Amino acid sequence: MATETAASLTPTPLLALHESLGARIVPFAGYALPVQYPAGVMKEHLHTRSNAGLFDVSHMGQILLRARSGNAEDAAAALETLVPANYIGLGEGRQRYGFFTNDAGGIEDDLMVANRGDHLLLVVNAACKASDLAHLKTRIGDRVEVTLVEDRALLALQGPKAEAALADVAPGTSKMRFMDSTSFDTDFGTLWVSRSGYTGEDGFEISVMEGAAEPFAGALLANASVEPIGLGARDSLRLEAGLCLYGSDINAATSPAEADLGWAIQKIRRKGGASAGGFPGAERILEELELGSSRRRVGLRPEGRAPMRAGTQLFASETGSEPIGQVTSGAFGPSLGAPVSMAYLPAEQSAPDTRIWAEVRGKRLPARVAPMPFHPHSYKR
Amino acid sequence: MKFTEDHEWLRAEEDLIVVGITEHASTQLGDVVFVELPEVETMVAKGDEIVVIESVKAASDIAAPMDGEIVEVNEALADNPGLVNEDPMGAGWFFKLKVEDTGALNAFLDEDAYKELID
Repeated sequence: MATETAASLTPTPLLALHESLGARIVPFAGYALPVQYPAGVMKEHLHTRSNAGLFDVSHMGQILLRARSGNAEDAAAALETLVPANYIGLGEGRQRYGFFTNDAGGIEDDLMVANRGDHLLLVVNAACKASDLAHLKTRIGDRVEVTLVEDRALLALQGPKAEAALADVAPGTSKMRFMDSTSFDTDFGTLWVSRSGYTGEDGFEISVMEGAAEPFAGALLANASVEPIGLGARDSLRLEAGLCLYGSDINAATSPAEADLGWAIQKIRRKGGASAGGFPGAERILEELELGSSRRRVGLRPEGRAPMRAGTQLFASETGSEPIGQVTSGAFGPSLGAPVSMAYLPAEQSAPDTRIWAEVRGKRLPARVAPMPFHPHSYKR
Repeated sequence: MKFTEDHEWLRAEEDLIVVGITEHASTQLGDVVFVELPEVETMVAKGDEIVVIESVKAASDIAAPMDGEIVEVNEALADNPGLVNEDPMGAGWFFKLKVEDTGALNAFLDEDAYKELID
């Protein structure tokens, strides 16, 4: 399957390494990426939670923003016209989550933004990379220089043993706190390291020059606690951690309040704040944060063992004829030993423990609304 | 033991046919997390989708290989669906089918023909 389309796929700098490790390679957002290694999704997932997992996330877009004025704060101010987060107040060496909004109040992409002194480093989703770049250039290109980083790989090292494993290769990284973002000069060149990730575990995301990516990954894998982890386990890990997947759980038609992402809009950007509004869709977004939205993203715990996957229709009762919502992500959670889902439900049915029914293969199966994360985060704050 | 092109194995056990999936299929599916089995005493027709296997990746169906009656299902899979990965050709069986004539098994693929199919 992968071989038919391989010619049109972009390899990451680690493709040869993945193949030598026995990975099953699949097309993902135009890239050839490992979905799993011989250990399989379940073992890879559990290994990440108990030891450390190494992920190739080189498909994600790394974008630099530099203020044309030379004043770094201008780049943050420009970005605040597109993203409803407080980046002017983001300290040097710190990173903050955010999302591009549209005029209808929906989410165009979610991203990480790091203040790296004289510039900002953005990490965006692979599938949105081209549109994000165009959006940045069109809307704020007069104020900032927008550069796509094309000569760097991006790796994630996640799990309770990640700190020790990375410290062997890049001493000093163990002093970082959650959401710190700093450069380290190492035997593998200058690494751009942030203490963050997409698993709910403590861990790091590391940008490395493409020519050094393979030896760098090899040095991490030489540590007995580190195993390579594919996209399959990346998805089940982020789902257990309650983290959104752009394109599934959030998209251009979901607003921040609906997506339960109001926490990413700091007070200063809300009504009455010093830099309130001034981003696409601000009117709807800020009003919904105050008054609430009519539907909400929630966690679901099916009562049985059958996973309720994306697209599954939800009903208020076993016999209800009109669906009240839909599952946006769903899978078996290896750390929970049970299936978990994310879904959108009407606000009145979104309280924890509300019982709803999902139609799975023609049968109505019960599930309960459950708080997220399903598996507790273990960030090093 | 005989095989279908859909990667099921069929084994005669007196007047019953025991059905499971092959090692090849279980590897392709990945970790199995849930198996939905038919009710005992159900009459099934060849081609009816009667088992759903949920792996960490996706759901797949298993069809009845012949007409018959489900006389037993592997209850152990309810608590331990991983048996389908650990021992697909043995402890990971799905159901036992009572058929009119177990001789009909001869129409299915033998081991060599199945191996050729998956190579």
